[in-house]
Amino acid sequence: MRILYFAWMKERIGTGAEEIDARDTATAHELVALLRARSEAHALAFEDLSAIRVAIDQEMATFDSPITGASEIAFFPPVTGG
Amino acid sequence: MDGPTSATTVSVQREDFDLGAEARHLTESSTDIGALVSFTGLVRGSAETVRAMELEHYPGMTERALETIAAEARSRWPLDGVRIIHRIGRLEPGDQIVLVLTASRHRQAAFEAGEFIMDYLKTRAPFWKREETAEGAHWVDARETDETAANRWDG
Repeated sequence: MRILYFAWMKERIGTGAEEIDARDTATAHELVALLRARSEAHALAFEDLSAIRVAIDQEMATFDSPITGASEIAFFPPVTGG
Repeated sequence: MDGPTSATTVSVQREDFDLGAEARHLTESSTDIGALVSFTGLVRGSAETVRAMELEHYPGMTERALETIAAEARSRWPLDGVRIIHRIGRLEPGDQIVLVLTASRHRQAAFEAGEFIMDYLKTRAPFWKREETAEGAHWVDARETDETAANRWDG
């Protein structure tokens, strides 16, 4: 599964993309638990979930959303375009 | 019925845009359009406040999100054309950053759809601004007022 990070998530984690095996994770929330355990930087970046949004296969989703079968999950701060 | 003027076109680009040229292009192939509304967003700032900003986005999702927003607008108002351009990369105060054009038979639909598209774009399209100030660079925080503005279109 491809994981993407944008804006300060990318800076804090130190990479914009990584590939992980998340076969046993059912929801975005469970995926976050898996990612938090990867490094100190991940744990820090995912500290406050209220400051993070998630997209599943390029559609806005919630942390309760199922991720089974998804190929691309992105984490980023609330958007600030326009 | 679906001629070139009924098109929705979205672009995410580094290059600047020309409002006049975009407006002509949207309206030239139909004389049924009675109203064309445009919104142009500009970068605010100065040497003392924001010196420049960097626009990051999520390639692929951004275009899809803008198309979804335009489609949602078209399902709510009778529109004859929608054009959205959002710039990315480094921009300086005074630069154009976003363009939304809505064309319709009558002005109310064009005005409302333009506002709707901007409200949704600001809360749903994956763009992030990083501002450069005298104190350094920082990511811009999302504003709650933008969320409130978008929510007024619900229900």
